[in-house]
Amino acid sequence: MISLYARRRAVNIVASSLMFAATCVGLFFLAWILWTTLEFGIAAMHWDLFTKDTPAPGDGGYGLRNAFVGSLILMAIALSIGVPVGLMAGTWLAEYGGRSRMAGLVRFVNDIMLSAPSIEIGLFTYAIMVDPMGHFSAISGGVALSILMIPIIVRTTDEMLKLVGGELREAAIALGAPMWQVVTRITWKAARAGILTGILISLARISGETAPLLFTALNNQFYSTDLRRPIANLPVVIFQFAMSPYANWQQMAWAAAFIAIVFILGISVCSRLLLRSGVKRT
Amino acid sequence: MNRAAAPQPAGSADASTASAADSPTASAADAPSAAAEPRPEAFVPKITVRGLNFYYGKAKALNDISLEIPENRVTAFIGPSGCGKSTLLRTFNRMFELYQDQHAQGQVILDGENILHSKSNIARIRSKIGMVFQKPTPFPMSIYDNIAFGIRLYEKLSRGAMDARVEGCLRQAALWDEVKDKLGQSGTSLSGGQQQRLCIARTIAVKPEVLLLDEPCSALDPISTAKVEEMIYQLKAEYTVVIVTHNMQQAARASDYTAFMYLGEVVEFDLTRKIFTAPREARTEDYITGRFG
Repeated sequence: MISLYARRRAVNIVASSLMFAATCVGLFFLAWILWTTLEFGIAAMHWDLFTKDTPAPGDGGYGLRNAFVGSLILMAIALSIGVPVGLMAGTWLAEYGGRSRMAGLVRFVNDIMLSAPSIEIGLFTYAIMVDPMGHFSAISGGVALSILMIPIIVRTTDEMLKLVGGELREAAIALGAPMWQVVTRITWKAARAGILTGILISLARISGETAPLLFTALNNQFYSTDLRRPIANLPVVIFQFAMSPYANWQQMAWAAAFIAIVFILGISVCSRLLLRSGVKRT
Repeated sequence: MNRAAAPQPAGSADASTASAADSPTASAADAPSAAAEPRPEAFVPKITVRGLNFYYGKAKALNDISLEIPENRVTAFIGPSGCGKSTLLRTFNRMFELYQDQHAQGQVILDGENILHSKSNIARIRSKIGMVFQKPTPFPMSIYDNIAFGIRLYEKLSRGAMDARVEGCLRQAALWDEVKDKLGQSGTSLSGGQQQRLCIARTIAVKPEVLLLDEPCSALDPISTAKVEEMIYQLKAEYTVVIVTHNMQQAARASDYTAFMYLGEVVEFDLTRKIFTAPREARTEDYITGRFG
């Protein structure tokens, strides 16, 4: 008997140490990435980054205002397309599609979309928008990002609505409420923390996407809010400036990377808080 | 003794004097004894079920059910798990229609209209037949809005009229005193028993004629159960109540009529007092005396 428990204890110690080691490896690299970005990013921080536009090649000085504005515009376009489409598709899957063959097909396609390489989405958008229009544009960048965003929102909305108990739905229907009211006033509300979290996660996901933007929004040296023209944005700035020969541009790439990480961190913290408050309330 | 008039005055008098736990027991015992010799004219059917068959996919769950649910009485469905009690209850408001593989054949007649007929307006039927579920299901909104939600589906009330209506429903559900200072709080913040009374208040807020209760107390503690049972007793003055219960004491305490179901059939339907003292069928007696089930 003693040997049985001794063996259990030994196995337990070995297994827990392995898991602990694996966690340490993961955390180590995460900390390293964060540390490097912090180190170079903070060193590169400059007030001019937020108030001035990108200086011409070879000129000194700092400025990323055009890229910040551009990234915000791209996200706004992506959200305004991705949220309604994703929300409605996810709602259809959970509330109407159920376990039907059509819903199964949509879920399957959505799962493929979830893991589709983002560069392919960029190529696709290039083919359907940039090529016909004849030039890169902010709107095509927003569309490419929204295509990346939709499957994430569809998936989380579907999952979160499925977590809402069938009893709640039945209770509302038993009162004689029409289905659209049951969805908009009861189940969306019951799942709102989870759905919002899904939207935030999708936003965090696309905010770092570079590949699709190379084919669509490209970059812009100048401040622009014209949706038909190329637009500056943080990921492409990081990509292009980091490889540039100019020291101030390389500095700006670090600053952009740092700000992007802070932004994503902020979104993640928000979604965590949101989810926790939602759990407490329901 | 006047059976038809007995429940209303007795109900209100009992509630004010007797303790919450005692009154349903005493009252429920009174009512059937007043009807020791049931006069046929006192039995007014509110819902008539004729030749009802029900299927989950290909599996038959209800087999040729015929039954009459009396108006302004409490009718209990008892029987072992899986006998079809809840299934039968859920045909009364066509709740099964939410699920593609479930379907019913036969007639469920409410006030002369076969509600299983696909042309009848389902929202109107459901407004006449309220349902309370096993698990309390407060909506994710304030206590006030939980009640107002159903009312707004059918009526446009002024703020003052709505306030009065919400208060009335909460009072009827014996919940007003506990929640009157926190109507703006989420319905989910209440205790289980309070949530269930909120659900009953929400259901009667749309002024149904029939109340379907699907094991309303199975998730509640004994004190909450007593409160709900007392409520049921008072509600039958205005509503026709049908209650599914696993708890035979509850059926004996709270109901006037009892249907014993077994394997998808109604084995016996009679006055509760008769079912529990002198059942005709051996299977009924075996079940209520605890020999199976």
